[in-house]
Amino acid sequence: MDDIAFSCPVPLPGDETIKLAHGGGGRATERLLNSIFRPALDGPELSRRHDGAHLDLNGPVAMTTDSHVVSPLVFPGGDIGSLAVNGTVNDLAMCGARPAFLSAAFILEEGLETALLARVVASMRAAALAAGVRVVTGDLKVVERGKADGLFITTTGVGTVVAPRAIGPQGVQPGDAVILSGDIGRHGIAIMAAREGLGFESGIESDCAPLSEPVLALLAAGVDVHCLRDLTRGGLAGGLVEIAETSGLSITIEEQVVAVSEPVAAACEVLGLDPFQVANEGRFLAFVPAAEAARAVDILRGYPVSAGAAIIGTVTAGVAGRVSSRGLIGGTRVLDMLSGEQLPRIC
Amino acid sequence: MKYRDEYRDPVAAARLAEAIAGVVARPWTIMEVCGGQTHAIVRYGIDQLLPPEVTLIHGPGCPVCVTPVDYIDKAIEIAGRPGTILCSFGDMLRVPGSASDLQSARAGGGDVRVVYSPLDALEIARRNPEREVVFFAVGFETTAPANAMAAFQARRTGIANFSLLVSHVLVPPAMIAILESPANRVQAFLAAGHVCTIMGFEEYEPLARRYRVPIVVTGFEPLDILEGVYLCVRQLEAGRAEVENQYARSVQRSGNAAAQAMMTDVFRVVRRRWRGIGEIAESGLGLAEAYRAYDAEERFGPVGQRDADDGECIAGLVLCGERKPPECPAFGTRCTPEHPLGVTMVSSEGACAAYYRYRGVASVAAE
Repeated sequence: MDDIAFSCPVPLPGDETIKLAHGGGGRATERLLNSIFRPALDGPELSRRHDGAHLDLNGPVAMTTDSHVVSPLVFPGGDIGSLAVNGTVNDLAMCGARPAFLSAAFILEEGLETALLARVVASMRAAALAAGVRVVTGDLKVVERGKADGLFITTTGVGTVVAPRAIGPQGVQPGDAVILSGDIGRHGIAIMAAREGLGFESGIESDCAPLSEPVLALLAAGVDVHCLRDLTRGGLAGGLVEIAETSGLSITIEEQVVAVSEPVAAACEVLGLDPFQVANEGRFLAFVPAAEAARAVDILRGYPVSAGAAIIGTVTAGVAGRVSSRGLIGGTRVLDMLSGEQLPRIC
Repeated sequence: MKYRDEYRDPVAAARLAEAIAGVVARPWTIMEVCGGQTHAIVRYGIDQLLPPEVTLIHGPGCPVCVTPVDYIDKAIEIAGRPGTILCSFGDMLRVPGSASDLQSARAGGGDVRVVYSPLDALEIARRNPEREVVFFAVGFETTAPANAMAAFQARRTGIANFSLLVSHVLVPPAMIAILESPANRVQAFLAAGHVCTIMGFEEYEPLARRYRVPIVVTGFEPLDILEGVYLCVRQLEAGRAEVENQYARSVQRSGNAAAQAMMTDVFRVVRRRWRGIGEIAESGLGLAEAYRAYDAEERFGPVGQRDADDGECIAGLVLCGERKPPECPAFGTRCTPEHPLGVTMVSSEGACAAYYRYRGVASVAAE
């Protein structure tokens, strides 16, 4: 199939919305697979039409899985399809692995517009191509109206580990530099702006993107990467606290070095949110020895997705699990994970 | 960011902190009235920049903190009725009622929606004519005009399926209650800039005179607060007790006349109970007679009148500035944002939540 010429398939007459029959495993399922899924995602593994995929991978393998639920399904800068691919690709990258194959399991709610599904699947195709991964096996279920929120996608990914030693919180050492790959808070604010009932015009797009390229570049250049963590729901604060707690170390960051774009900062001011706790889908932290930090930042800045990389802090032996932020006016504060749901304040 | 960063400038902050240290000679206790100011003080570590003579204590200006339990219970009851939609500001959702909260009501099948503006709630009512839509109208003078506008627009456009559950409170009566308390330690106030943007500050002038207490209308950025503290200390050291306006870029002496007119049209001053503090005469707003038809209590029955028992929670003392959050034995142990015993641990403007979030339990305990 010609990658460039691909366009969303037109749903067949009578198939404008998803019905329970589409998940029944019969003709209707076959029609849906043939009209939407196979044209977009087919490859050597899927085309075998077997119960699973045979894969060739050399050396140690990393594996990860993630369920994706988001409302609205389409938002500025992405949709649940690109999110489902990039989320899993990024988790593999954070293991120091080159992402290779994905599985994708879809739960559709009866009544979902078929055209929307086609758009999401097409966006998965584009994201998979961009990240250099193939969807090799999948599943499809339809549940009654009201039993799901439109569309849920679970993706599992495998990739070949290229890091010379295990990358993870246990590898973090006192003295390590903390590198942040770019400005924060875009995804969370884009979603909130798009969500019904919280209507405000922001022009902010989600940062949803694959992170494997810059990560693989760090490893290829021989940077001694101790730990990587992609920033997702819990935002920068969540990522830092998780690493500090798991490694039993302390992290101090300089608040003024953390980039927050002006629209995101403005939206956070209005909504009473802390940008440190707002979700991201295309940013990560890298913990590297201080002596290699400047070189690592230079490498990361060579890729558009991490062009805003900067050293934001250091790891110390201090109080285990403590993350402090030196503020703009000189006072320090403790960063904590978000408690429960992020709720806008009254005034 | 323009219009914001200049109020967070570290050099100017250090200069103001030096100026405060330069004028202070004796120990003084200053209360910031508004929870938004408390949040900024703890968030930016402003208190860490002050000389040891100056103590900041946190005031009652957290709207969700002072909303009585009975109103939360009523909102939960309304949310649970078939065919109703309860609309609320976001940070009311986690506030504990006597047995549950609105988040749990939503999980239990109630239609609870977060809105940013009461006019969004009115729009939901317009789009769902077959359902009863109730807006949970809480807050100080800051939110009152917009909430009044929703009632006004509902009546003007004939949207009959919309009503308000009103628990509005007013700042000056609470300041008087604090000043008249035998345990009062407050010697000066940073008045709430947003409230004064609406109301102006004429009504604070008799308070300053009668109680011999400096009142400085203050904004919410770090430099605003430092300048407010500076003006308070300067007055205290000089033996003056006046109303000063630090937040002149937003506040005029007579306030916003259009907003006040809207409030006067829709609301009337009523007695109001404050959670953790008790009943204060003429300290709240309820719907005026002409808007009775839009009162959720008329449609769904009156709110209960029990006195809330928050167990070992000392939120009332925290809200009156008589205790700081770390002085509570439950702080950070039996009471956390995940399992709050009281409301001051819930709202982002609550003093306990601010300490928990920005100071951390271990460092606070070590103070």
